[in-house]
Amino acid sequence: MKPIQYFFTFVISFSTLVAQDYFPTNKGVKTTNSKQILITGAIVHINPLMQLEKGMILIKNGRIIDVGTSIEIPRNALVYHFEGKHIYPSFIELHSSFGLAALKGSSSGRRSIQYQAKRKGYYWNDHILADYNSHDDFKYDPKKAKELRASGFGVVNSHRKEGIHRGTSVLVSLNDVQNNGYRMLKDRAAQHLSFKKSNTSGQYYPGSIMGAMALIRQVYHDAKWYANGNAKNKDMALEAVVNNSSLPSIFETSNKLDVARAAKIGYEFGKKYIIKAYGNEYEQINTLKKLNPHLLVPVNFPNAYDVDDPFLVQKLSLNQMRYWNQAPANPKEIANAGIKFAFTSSDLKNIKDFLPNIRKAVQYGLSPERALAALTTIPAQLINQKGEIGELRKGALANLIITNGPVFNKETEIEQNWVQGQQHIIKPIPENTIDGEYDLNIKDDLYKLVISKSESKISAKITQDSTKLKTATKYINGWLTLRFSDSTNTKFAQLKSKINNVNNLKGDGNFFDGALINWNADKVESTQQKKVEIKNEVLQKILPITYPNNGFGYKTLPTSENILFANVTVWTNEEEGILENASVWVVDGKIKAVGDINNAQGARIIDGTGKHLTSGIIDEHSHIGASSINEGGHNSSAEVTIKDVINPDDINLYRNLSGGVTTLQILHGSANPIGGRSAIIKPKWGASADGLLYPNADPYIKFALGENVKQSNWQSYGRFPQTRMGVEQVFTDYFQRAKEYKAAWRKYNNSPKKIKSKLKVPRYDIEMETLVEILDGKRFISCHSYVQSEINMLMKVADRFGVRINTFTHILEGYKVADKMKDHGVGGSTFSDWWAYKFEVNDAIPYNGAIMHSQGVTVAFNSDDSEMSRRLNQEAAKAVKYGGVSEEDAWKFVTLNPAKLLHIDHEVGSIKVGKSADLVLWSNHPMSIYSVAEKTMIDGAIYYDLNRATAQVEEIAKEKNKLIQDMLLAKNGGAPTQKPKQKKIVEFHCETLD
Amino acid sequence: MKNYIYILLLLLSCTKGFTQQTPAANQNKSILILGATAHIGDGSLIENCALGIRAGKIVEITTSDLVKNQYDKTINAKGQHLYPGFIAANATVGMVEIDAIRPTNDLNEIGEYLPHIRTIIAYNAESKVVESLRPNGILSAQVVPTRGVICGSSSIVQLDAWNWEDAALSIDEGLHINWPRAYLSSRRSRTTDLKYNQKSYEEKIKSLGEFLKESLVYNQTQSKTKHLPFAAMKDVFSGNQTVYIHADNQREIVDAIQFLKEHKVKKIVLVGGKEAHLITNFLKEYDIPVIVSRPHRLPTQEDQDIKLPFKMAKILMDAGLTITIDVSGRMERMNTRNLPFYAGTFAAYGVPKEKAVELITLNAAKILGVEERLGSLTVGKDATLFLSLGDALDMRTNQLTHAFIGGKNISLETHQTELWKRYMEKYSRK
Repeated sequence: MKPIQYFFTFVISFSTLVAQDYFPTNKGVKTTNSKQILITGAIVHINPLMQLEKGMILIKNGRIIDVGTSIEIPRNALVYHFEGKHIYPSFIELHSSFGLAALKGSSSGRRSIQYQAKRKGYYWNDHILADYNSHDDFKYDPKKAKELRASGFGVVNSHRKEGIHRGTSVLVSLNDVQNNGYRMLKDRAAQHLSFKKSNTSGQYYPGSIMGAMALIRQVYHDAKWYANGNAKNKDMALEAVVNNSSLPSIFETSNKLDVARAAKIGYEFGKKYIIKAYGNEYEQINTLKKLNPHLLVPVNFPNAYDVDDPFLVQKLSLNQMRYWNQAPANPKEIANAGIKFAFTSSDLKNIKDFLPNIRKAVQYGLSPERALAALTTIPAQLINQKGEIGELRKGALANLIITNGPVFNKETEIEQNWVQGQQHIIKPIPENTIDGEYDLNIKDDLYKLVISKSESKISAKITQDSTKLKTATKYINGWLTLRFSDSTNTKFAQLKSKINNVNNLKGDGNFFDGALINWNADKVESTQQKKVEIKNEVLQKILPITYPNNGFGYKTLPTSENILFANVTVWTNEEEGILENASVWVVDGKIKAVGDINNAQGARIIDGTGKHLTSGIIDEHSHIGASSINEGGHNSSAEVTIKDVINPDDINLYRNLSGGVTTLQILHGSANPIGGRSAIIKPKWGASADGLLYPNADPYIKFALGENVKQSNWQSYGRFPQTRMGVEQVFTDYFQRAKEYKAAWRKYNNSPKKIKSKLKVPRYDIEMETLVEILDGKRFISCHSYVQSEINMLMKVADRFGVRINTFTHILEGYKVADKMKDHGVGGSTFSDWWAYKFEVNDAIPYNGAIMHSQGVTVAFNSDDSEMSRRLNQEAAKAVKYGGVSEEDAWKFVTLNPAKLLHIDHEVGSIKVGKSADLVLWSNHPMSIYSVAEKTMIDGAIYYDLNRATAQVEEIAKEKNKLIQDMLLAKNGGAPTQKPKQKKIVEFHCETLD
Repeated sequence: MKNYIYILLLLLSCTKGFTQQTPAANQNKSILILGATAHIGDGSLIENCALGIRAGKIVEITTSDLVKNQYDKTINAKGQHLYPGFIAANATVGMVEIDAIRPTNDLNEIGEYLPHIRTIIAYNAESKVVESLRPNGILSAQVVPTRGVICGSSSIVQLDAWNWEDAALSIDEGLHINWPRAYLSSRRSRTTDLKYNQKSYEEKIKSLGEFLKESLVYNQTQSKTKHLPFAAMKDVFSGNQTVYIHADNQREIVDAIQFLKEHKVKKIVLVGGKEAHLITNFLKEYDIPVIVSRPHRLPTQEDQDIKLPFKMAKILMDAGLTITIDVSGRMERMNTRNLPFYAGTFAAYGVPKEKAVELITLNAAKILGVEERLGSLTVGKDATLFLSLGDALDMRTNQLTHAFIGGKNISLETHQTELWKRYMEKYSRK
């Protein structure tokens, strides 16, 4: 190896590669250079599983033309020797916006919301930018490229991060020398998606994650329909979706739950998404395993929190603190789950952390082979470039990195990064350094010369008899110049040398007196070995995950037990009424026996002396456990569903259990006359989002009336309807259209085959499908309502379309039209005593429940409030206070009656043999203010136990304290820290907009 | 503007027809309430009690067999429970009628230093929200201002009045200060940087300090020109006006109380105190009463004890602090009528039942400085009390049969009971 020869030459063969071969030239003779490069001597890692000791790689025209251990050296080959080095395929980044400028946001205020799309000739939603191609705007950025190469990357897949459908990406190699013609490996490499709206338009829809999910689905349906030639118009965006359908789909997400949501959509549509993940996939690894998407895993492991301020430390949640401890093991967990993944640097603030963090992942258990695959072969495969990149094999691009040790060793440095056969020096080879201490001999005088940092900002010190002489130095292109003064600091000597041997510097120059001199300097001893700067971070023991992964989570999930509640007062909600001193036997999640039980074999006995046992509380109207509640982008949002956005980590689920709640309907908010579809859940703390769903429950949808849908209480005047008159017409319009939609499909489906093939297929519309379900009596309405006029109106509209409204929720003036409600057959789910918060509740009275009940309406009390829902037993008691409802009937307001309204009373809502064992053990009369829920059981498993919850408070404190200690240790060990952040729990109500 | 007028018209048209219950006539006759279980308000109980009312005052309290005086009228209250009227502290009833409708809002004044602002003159004695408190046993309330750093003066009102003068029991008894926030985080996003807001926190404290110093000096000297805010601070320094300091964070509470002591504020009451349980020793050392946040709220953090809001009263009482209940919070005005159930909830989590009654009777009266007239069934105090068919802290049994304010037998009807009766009547016609 001849280091000096190419030491500062970044590119060797510049002139040979500047023009495409079929281009004419006017700058000289057009010659063909058939130069070849041979790299030899290093350990060549062909791919994660194959390596060659002393391998040889032959490169021509930017490609590897041969790899092996005994390649015959062509005569025209330039040979590079890398003895003792390692050579790997360079890394591939699939989630970058390299070379693409970010756009500035355009926001529309609440006063002037933009509801319609601006683009014409494209899809109806501006955030569907499938027609966009990143290569149109791509501008190669040499500065960024250099940073990427320094981190080991050779190829990046780059896209403009704008919109829900983002169009296509461009695959480029980080080739500084040649133009886009060479470096663009693929102009439409992948299509990109996200849940985020674009900055290119202020169009409000979708205003929520569930809206974004519905939109993505509708686009897929529309694209299929469009592809088959059913559209009357041209739609450039849909056309692009169709044309790009064979490309890999890369989906960006930015939080844990969205990862699973994206995977779910992919699963539904049979698309293998490549999902940019978040970093805590270990929290939901089983869910992901099931959906099995490909992942792009970020390595922005959190820093330890700076725990110096005791006030701020208290605000940190255990979940946040555990994240610091557990995140580095995320890649390992993903690998162990058998999920195919590649690494991405896209979430890193500083790309220099990329390789160190991957090493950290390896330290925390990821195998080096997997790690290397996730950097090379897997991303190559995911982007359909297997054989082209990611491996050092014959025919592949000559993209490789040269390191001074195994790549995942802490001290290893990337020394070179070759892209398409172009060499880039990352770390000058240490042989070139002239750092050290020298005896400098000039004219029989002896000086001491100390040189440091010769590879970067060189400095030199010259002393004579321990007198420091003022010295200046430069070291450029192999030339060292030294200037130093004499002890009087009035005369200067100037030395120069072209370095050939770093142990013996030789040169000439002018001495203090101006005389020409020769000098030499012998290295005496190398200065102390540079201290490895990598701090030895303490390897943390990974703390066990809980479900959910927060303070009150379970290490192992509760399971159904064989339990006998004995000697307890049982509120059956059945004809038997209240049984004193009775027993209830639970087996396999069901109630096996009620009454006097002597044969409860194998049962664990829970003594209920002095206590009361009831069926679990059912909240007909809740907004907890969801990531979004309102899709306010349109006045109808029947296409969205809360089932898409269940958040099983919400602490309010556990708080609800503590109040005896065992079933809830999570309703869409009241932003629109036609809201979204609801989810009925059981708060099975620790289950996945889908695991919370009440199995086989009838589907529901939220409707709303009054001030919220008119947008009366904030200054918004742009959306129809603004009056109750308009509200009626929204319903009429949608029901009518749904009727016509259904007829169109029926007509199409019933056409004879011959004609059918010539007919245009009607457009599949998720929103209309939902409304047809309502018309067909397959989906049920729970309608937010306040004043009597609108309640009456909706019943009349429904009557016209042959629909029965299932439930009026809130229904605060239900008492004024209770007779009409009874006739229509609609139930009322109301507040016990809320009023006076807006104009339409001026006549809301706490006697409402009692009056409706007296007229034969099925009455429930609901919460609409994460605080109230954990004490609905107290709210039920208000029916006794206000209007004198009997205690047994009042209790049904929060148990059996909401079960009826949700059509689940055959399974829950009372204590009856064969029903689900959803039970609550109360310390006292269940409606007494002094009563506390001691145990809450769902399907025979105890999900809440007062004693456990109390003990858990101590456990949380203990674990937090341990983590604080660990963080302090890490900080003292020099690890970087971050400022404490407070995780806020968003409380949703009907009116909460995302 | 057009909409504005519509809203006003709507309001007018709606309130026409249902007005507030007519205040009760003066009670000229003396009354004996006989046989009830009397919850005295000081933590004690008298079974089979006899309580005499004359000229608006309680003149006798004993057991039924030991009645000494003659009365014009006797109420047989056997099996019933007798309580001193409950007192709602830190309330805003009568200041806003309908939350969402701005014309009905008289609470949100602008400005930072507003000691001259007084709630009493805007208090709506005919509010439908106010009358809805009475059937639940709440017979008086502290009506407080809420905006600014120094928010203004609160007053104590009784809840059966023709107008605010008639309602006033104690005018401008307290000055309310919202202590600056030491820790700030932005509202919208779900995870926020939390940091000690050093600069603005210290500046705000400094400026509050200057205001207090200047007003102290102003009130010690004779100034030719009147400075309304400074002049309004006079009673704070004389000790005639209590300073209610609103703070939740433990650091803020400590800073606030030491600060007020340094500035020669004599009477200090802490309001809110969601983190007061962390500094009970400090509060005890300074002997600071606490108007503690209502239990019907969520824990402030994800992994906080899920029952902490319910346990606060017990924790503070065990530490020897004098406390009552703060009714403020989400939808606080209409929820004020649930005050008895807030006390009941505290009782469910460790406070003995009679002590829970004391929280919203004698303790409240002491903290609000009206214990000479209100807060317990004690001879010489106002006959502001009620009879309930059962335990008034429990929803099932909180059923009032009689309520007296200053000896006057007040109506227990409301706009809401009238609608109830009206529609039951409608359905009975069929």
